[in-house]
Amino acid sequence: MLRFFLHRLGLLIPTFIGVSIVTFAFIRLIPGDPILMLAGERGMSAERYAELRSLYGYDQPLIVQYFDYAWSALQGDLGTSIVTKRPVLEEFFTLFPATIELATVAIIIAVAVGIPLGVLAAVKRGSWLDQGLMGVALVGYSMPIFWWGLLLIILFSGILQWTPVSGRISLLYFFPPVTGFMLIDSLLSGQAGAFKSALSHLILPAIVLATIPLAVIARQTRSAMLEVLGEDYVRTARAKGMPPRRVIGLHALRNALIPVITTIGLQVGVLLAGAILTETIFSWPGIGKWMVDSVFKRDYAVVQGGLLLIAGIVMVVNLLVDVTYGLVNPRIRH
Amino acid sequence: MVHIEAQESDAHTKPAGEVTVWAIRRQRASEFWHYFSRNKGAVIGLVVFVAIVLIAIFAPLIAPYHPAAQDRSALLLPPVWQEGGSSAYLLGTDAVGRDLLSRLIYGARFSLFVGLFVVTLSVSVGVIVGLIAGWFGSWIDTAIMRVMDVILAFPSLLLALVLVAILGPGLINAMIAIALILQPHFVRLTRGSVLAEKRREYVTSAEVAGAGILRLMFITILPNCLAPLIVQGTLAFSNAILDAAALGFLGMGAQPPTPEWGTMLAEAREFILRAWWVVTFPGLAILTTVLAINLMGDGLRDALDPKLRES
Repeated sequence: MLRFFLHRLGLLIPTFIGVSIVTFAFIRLIPGDPILMLAGERGMSAERYAELRSLYGYDQPLIVQYFDYAWSALQGDLGTSIVTKRPVLEEFFTLFPATIELATVAIIIAVAVGIPLGVLAAVKRGSWLDQGLMGVALVGYSMPIFWWGLLLIILFSGILQWTPVSGRISLLYFFPPVTGFMLIDSLLSGQAGAFKSALSHLILPAIVLATIPLAVIARQTRSAMLEVLGEDYVRTARAKGMPPRRVIGLHALRNALIPVITTIGLQVGVLLAGAILTETIFSWPGIGKWMVDSVFKRDYAVVQGGLLLIAGIVMVVNLLVDVTYGLVNPRIRH
Repeated sequence: MVHIEAQESDAHTKPAGEVTVWAIRRQRASEFWHYFSRNKGAVIGLVVFVAIVLIAIFAPLIAPYHPAAQDRSALLLPPVWQEGGSSAYLLGTDAVGRDLLSRLIYGARFSLFVGLFVVTLSVSVGVIVGLIAGWFGSWIDTAIMRVMDVILAFPSLLLALVLVAILGPGLINAMIAIALILQPHFVRLTRGSVLAEKRREYVTSAEVAGAGILRLMFITILPNCLAPLIVQGTLAFSNAILDAAALGFLGMGAQPPTPEWGTMLAEAREFILRAWWVVTFPGLAILTTVLAINLMGDGLRDALDPKLRES
C-alpha cells in the first residue's frame, strides 16, 4: 500500500512542476509589461524602471527567474497582491475557509440527496419514479448554475423574501473569526440569531453549488447499484430469504459505493470551478470570487498564486481519492 | 475465351459485393436507430436539437426584429401574457428596448457555433495527439500524458477564465480556451483505445501487409475507437455551450451587444428583482439546448457502445 501511495505521489511531482511552469509562464504571457503595470497611470523614470526590474528579477534569464519563482513558492512566498499589497498566501488563507464551508455544505447536500435518489431509482428501475428522477438528474446535470442561482434569488430573496441576496452573515452580527467557518463561529459567539443568519446566507449558494455534483452522484449511484444488483452474491442473499431492505442496504449499497466514492472525490474540481460562478453571483467572499475579481482588477500576482494553490489542492485531493480507492479496492493496486 | 470468363465473373461478383457492403451499412444504421430510438429521451433530445439548429439557420426569417434593434418606447416590457405586455414583443423587451425573442433566436447561432467549433478543434487535436501518444509509447507518451495531467489539474472554468484573460476577452478566444481545456479528455480516450487495439491481430496483419504508420493509425485503428469518442464529443458539445455561456456571464466571453445567451444574462443581472423575463428566458434557452444534447448523448451511448450500455 505504501508503494502504491509513493508511486502515485511520484506521478504527482512532474505534474506539479508542470503546473508551476504554467503559472510562471502566465504572468509573462499577459500582454503588457508587469513593471509598467505596477507604476499604473503615473508612469516612472527610466532609472526607477531599471531598479524595479532588477528588484523583481526580470533582468535575469528566464530559467533563473523560474527557479527563483519555484524556490520562493516552495517556501510559501507567492508574491504580494498588487491591489491590497498583502501577501497572496495570507489573502488565500483568509478567504479559503469561506469556500471550504460552502463546498462542504454543498457536497453534504449532494451526497445526502444524491445517493438515496440513485438507490431509489435503481431499486425501482424502469418505473415512472426512476424515469422521473433520472430526468430531473439530467436537468440538474445540464443546468447553467449561474442562471439557476439567479432564479433562486428571484424566488427566495425577491418574491418570498426568505433569504438575503449576498454575503455570509447579516451586518448586525459581529464576532471575531475563530475557525473561519461562519456556521461554527456564529454558534460559538453565542449571539442570538447569528447562526440562523449565517445559515440563511449559506443555503442558496450551497444548493446552487450542490446541483451538478448531486446530479452526477445520483446518476452514478443508480448505475453502480444496477450493476451490483445483478451480481451473484445479491441473488444468493435474496435466495436465502434476506429481507430486500437488508440486501440493498448491506450487500448492494456497500459495494456500489466504491465507484461512487471516487465520483464524490472527483467533484472537488467541479466544486472549485462551480465556486467561481456561485461566489460571484452571491458575492460570497471565497477564493472563487477572489480569482474572478483579481482577473478583472489585473491583479496578476494573485491570479498566479491562486492558480498554483488551487491546482495544488485539486491534485492532492485527487491523490487522496486514488489512495482511498486503493484502500477499499485492492485490485487497483498494481 | 478466358478473358471473357474473367469479365463475366467480375460482372457477377462486383455488384454482389456492393450490395453486401450497402446491406451491412444499412443493417448497422438500422441497428443503431433501434437502440437509439428505444431511448425516448434521446429521440426527444434529437427533435429539440434539430429544431434549435433550424432556428439558428433560419434566424433572419423567423426573428421578428433585428437582434440589435432598439425601441425606446418599449423598455423592459413584460411578456405578452403578463399585464403591460404587448403582442409586438412576445417575450418582452430588455433594458434598452430590444426584442428578447429575436435576441434569443439569434443567440442560438452563437451557442451552436461555439459547440461545433470547440468540438471540432478539441476532437481533431485530441485524437491526433492521443494517436501519437498511444502508438509511439515510451517517452513521447509520457511527455504528452504529463502535459494533459497539468491541464486537468486546474478546475476547467478557472483555466478557461485565465486563458481568456491572457488572450483577451471575446467569443473566439473563449472558444479556443474551452477547446484547450476539453481536449485532454479526447487525448486520454484515444490513447486508451489505441493501446487496447494496437496489439490486436488485425492491426498486426495490416502492418505485415505493409500499411504505413499513418494508414495504421487513421484507417486501421481509429475507426475502432470511434464509439466512445462520439459519446465524449456530445458531452464536450454541451460542456462547451455551458462554459462559453459562463464566460459570457462573467464578462469574458462574447461582448455586448452580441446576443449570446450568457452575455445576455450578464446584462440582465441588475434587473433580476424588477424584470424576471430578461433573466429567465436566456437561461432557459441554454438549459434547453444543453439538455437536448445531453439526452442525445445518453441515447448515443446506448446505441454505439455496448460496453457502456446501461443494463
